[in-house]
Amino acid sequence: MAILEIEKLTTDYGPVRAVDDVTLAVEQGSITAVLGANGAGKTTLLRTISGLERPTEGRVLLDGEDLLGVRVEDIVRRGLAHVPEGRGVIAELTTEENLRLGGLWRGAETAALGDIYELFPPLRERRSELAASLSGGERQMLSIGRALMATPRVLLLDEPSLGLAPIVTAQIMQLISTFAGERGLAVLLVEQNARSALSIADRGVVLNVGRVVADGPAGELAADEDLQTAYLGF
Amino acid sequence: MTKFIDLTLNGISTGAIYAVVALALVLIWRATRIVNFAQGAMLMITTFIASSVIDSSGSYWLGFAVALASGLVLGAVVERVLIRRVEGGPPLNAVIVALGLLILLEAVAGMIWGNTPRSFPPAFSIQGYDIGGTRVLFAPNDTFIVLVVIGVALALTVLFRWTSIGLKMRAAAFRPEVARMLGVRVGRMLTLGWALAALVGSLAGVLVAPSIFVGPNQFDPILVFGFTAAVLGGLDSFAGAAVGGILLGLALSYVSGYEGSSLVTLAALVILVAVLMIRPGGLFSSTQERRV
Repeated sequence: MAILEIEKLTTDYGPVRAVDDVTLAVEQGSITAVLGANGAGKTTLLRTISGLERPTEGRVLLDGEDLLGVRVEDIVRRGLAHVPEGRGVIAELTTEENLRLGGLWRGAETAALGDIYELFPPLRERRSELAASLSGGERQMLSIGRALMATPRVLLLDEPSLGLAPIVTAQIMQLISTFAGERGLAVLLVEQNARSALSIADRGVVLNVGRVVADGPAGELAADEDLQTAYLGF
Repeated sequence: MTKFIDLTLNGISTGAIYAVVALALVLIWRATRIVNFAQGAMLMITTFIASSVIDSSGSYWLGFAVALASGLVLGAVVERVLIRRVEGGPPLNAVIVALGLLILLEAVAGMIWGNTPRSFPPAFSIQGYDIGGTRVLFAPNDTFIVLVVIGVALALTVLFRWTSIGLKMRAAAFRPEVARMLGVRVGRMLTLGWALAALVGSLAGVLVAPSIFVGPNQFDPILVFGFTAAVLGGLDSFAGAAVGGILLGLALSYVSGYEGSSLVTLAALVILVAVLMIRPGGLFSSTQERRV
């Protein structure tokens, strides 16, 4: 069954409608890619789901429970973690402090840190360095690792490939795919890089000016040339 | 030579008080990224409260405890009621609110307690130690003040660097939105930061009160000196604030002893401007310039 359901969600920034009547569902252990050009409303969609923006209409259900009105800091306690776009790491803290922060609310201890270092060995080497000194790929690992410290059931990922070399992007995508498969994590992956996102996704949703213009199995979207030239810029 | 030793000892004990004020400013800076210019007025209020309690109960330590407790409450209330509305906005807004609060508190204190400065008892004897037949300018009360500074600087360093609460407070100060997404109750952390800073401030108030008397405007220079000490040590470091306070105390003591006491405030401002021009990150910091 779908662990995350989004129903007729609409979010406005003043007179601008950033997300317009979006409905989608994410199954447990699956990856749904949300694709679209800059300004298509992808980031706003994620921010609305995790409570950072208030929707004008519609609802977000996690395990059948409405998240509307739940405070941002409580949403992670319900099992939903959000890896924000770009520099989500706190540059002034060390790598390890960033990681610990992700698990503090549930009293996560050293064992949890070990798991994350296992997944991302470069982070172990740089554990006591300031996050400001990390490379783009390491920062992305840190953001994802920090979200995993919360042991979420749903993971929202905003542009994990942003600013990364193709080979690093491929590694990150591979890891995301592993989490979904092995840990039963439901992933909502927002990407401008449609090709690499569709390569690991089960399902794809294409947004254009806030509206869903395509929704289907990832393989079908990847094969649809008209869609690609119109919205994805292949 | 005796004069030099006396000036040095006097510099250490007054510097220790600047250090406590500097610690309060650094604490608020680290917890909320705001420089609290109302700190001087807030500690003036809590010192007046202590003075009233001591007068009516006759117990110094009861007044001391009440000052700290009222500091804790005052800090939390100020954050919740006033600062909460300007947090996350341009830094200048918070500065202006703090300055407004300074003027308000000084006026209110004048209405309640009058504008004539009153005396305030020290915690311990201010009779200087007798060393080899000569009295030096350093008394048991000064020892107490220096120990308090060291204790507070250590406690705050441990709190911020080694505890979960400290980590959450730093995260909340640096990146409030990210901290909330990670489950940190940011509002609570900011209130806690202000409450703790006001507690440290109220401690500075009762420590300095015996040497300057208690009056509505009596603590203004202390804030200037405390701010200079904090900048000297780098606004981000508790140890830096403690050392900066002592260094400033020494410098001002020499200026006062060798050149005349009327130059002290001017000297403090010269040091402040010089540090901001030459090493804006403070004497001990390796980081770059910052916004205030």
